[in-house]
Amino acid sequence: MMNGRLVSTLIGVLALALWPLVTGSFGVDLVTKTMIYAIVALSLELLVGTTGLVCFGQAAFFGLAGYAAVKLSPDKDSASLWWLLPACMAVGAAYALFMGALSLRTKGVYFIMVTLAFAQMAYYLVHDTPLGGGTDGIYLYVKPVAEIGGTLLLDLDKPMALYYFVLGSLVASFVFLALLLRSRFGRALAGVRVNEQRMRATGFSTYPYKLAAFALSGAIAGLGGFLFAVKDGFVNPELLSWHFSGAVLIMIILGGLGHLRGAVIGAFAFALLQELFKSEAVFGVFAKHWLLGLGLAIIASVALLPRGLIGVGELLTHRLRRTPRVR
Amino acid sequence: MDLATFLVQCLNSLQYGLLLFLVASGLTLIFGIMGVINLAHGSFYMIGAYMAYALAPLVGGGFFVTLLLGLVLAVLLGYVLEWAFFSFLYQREHLQQVLMTYGLILVFEELRSIVVGDDVHGVKPPDWLGGSIALGDLMTYPVYRLFISAVCLALAAFMWFVLARTRLGMTIRAGASNREMVQSLGIDIQFLYRVVFAAGVAIAVLAGMVAAPVSSVYPGMGNQVLIICFVVVVIGGIGSIRGALLAALLIGFVDTFGKVVFPQAAGVLVYVLMALILLWKPDGLFKAGS
Repeated sequence: MMNGRLVSTLIGVLALALWPLVTGSFGVDLVTKTMIYAIVALSLELLVGTTGLVCFGQAAFFGLAGYAAVKLSPDKDSASLWWLLPACMAVGAAYALFMGALSLRTKGVYFIMVTLAFAQMAYYLVHDTPLGGGTDGIYLYVKPVAEIGGTLLLDLDKPMALYYFVLGSLVASFVFLALLLRSRFGRALAGVRVNEQRMRATGFSTYPYKLAAFALSGAIAGLGGFLFAVKDGFVNPELLSWHFSGAVLIMIILGGLGHLRGAVIGAFAFALLQELFKSEAVFGVFAKHWLLGLGLAIIASVALLPRGLIGVGELLTHRLRRTPRVR
Repeated sequence: MDLATFLVQCLNSLQYGLLLFLVASGLTLIFGIMGVINLAHGSFYMIGAYMAYALAPLVGGGFFVTLLLGLVLAVLLGYVLEWAFFSFLYQREHLQQVLMTYGLILVFEELRSIVVGDDVHGVKPPDWLGGSIALGDLMTYPVYRLFISAVCLALAAFMWFVLARTRLGMTIRAGASNREMVQSLGIDIQFLYRVVFAAGVAIAVLAGMVAAPVSSVYPGMGNQVLIICFVVVVIGGIGSIRGALLAALLIGFVDTFGKVVFPQAAGVLVYVLMALILLWKPDGLFKAGS
């Protein structure tokens, strides 16, 4: 079973690596964006699926890191990737630490709403102060580059270079989280989700664990924010809006909570469903009302796939073998 | 700020707060009693506002006839929705409910776009409520806004009466604290839930219809009110009607006066308030059942 998962994951990575060879600039741009969403979805999966903390403020880490990427870059010169990327991730992690430190005092729906409140504060910080350039946002004129000893390794201004850098970041985030979840730290986080009381009774101080999960999640979401700012070349307050936090949450639920692959599958399913229902070739005049199709698809997935898209495989194998489904 | 301006802002705060209370009360009832996080609740408010616009020509333009027809349709809508979509969500995890009701938001928003279109519309208040009264020497205050506050207050009183003083309210409160026990006493809990849900939808629709002449009717109005109503619900304490009333008035005053006194920071004030209150009282101001 484990090998099957590994093979299917590798096939997925290979498909993504070969994708630019068979598609044009639109396809490359779409998948670049989707992979960035997948990175953010992975960061949220660490909080929601692993630790059981439903954070409704992921857009804040994502957006603040994006703003940091633009603000920290020099005006007329390329920033160096070597320090800009860690700096942006640090911004995401720092705000996550701040948000986590305070909001972890609350539980359940109250927790969801406090994380939303802190995210909205970040939104109004960039929306209403001169720092963020208001509703219009600010532009990143020169993209960062990576150099070693004067040789240009990577110029993120080129779509192909960016595509493979984003793919590399996605794989790195996935592998990092997969290893993390197998470590003692990751097991402890899972323990917090299943039964926090019992974790405390066995001698774990759960608060620092949850806080560390927040910081890591903020850093990974910050990676996504950095990549998004570099891809589009500008940032605006919409990156920090609660709609984005909600969309990321929807992606990981759609994919199936509790699995890293679920987060990635959810992000791709969400993006591809959008493109499908927007396509005039398939839906003609109704393509204008693509949200209707997306909404119905989401409702159908809740009704038919209670464990998310990741559960489809298991559902099928059990149907075929006619064995009872394990809950 | 002189006295007349202050008075006008107080009335505005009151009216905004009471309107929020109407929408939030349905949300907190549905959450407190059935344990369903209903993101689509803002859509009911939006549907109400659009009904006030679209139904009026059908019934000859009478404001109260439109209101009545809208209410009947809202109860039907709530009853059918509960039966078709929500009744199988009770046993599911909260996040599944979030996903489903998010899907419903998209569906309602697009159906609205298909049926009525994406334009912004105005709705006229009835003639006899269209005037304004003088406040001080220079200021006037529209009568219709006072009418909104009065409707909201009347409904709040009616809700209190039903929940606290009738047999139906008693079973609803009992159902909130222990579903199985109520069921084993021979009360049809499914029907009870359906009634509560329909009532919640009807109140939100009514709020939208009454608010339409003041706020105008525009796409996305439901989402705007949804988040602020969740803020009201958690500040007040989930499931507590009393808490929702107090929190809604608090938000109404903070938001309205915030816009006058600190226009640069008006948007964020409400969220700062919520964060402070929840850090001070992690279960909201009034815990349900207390």
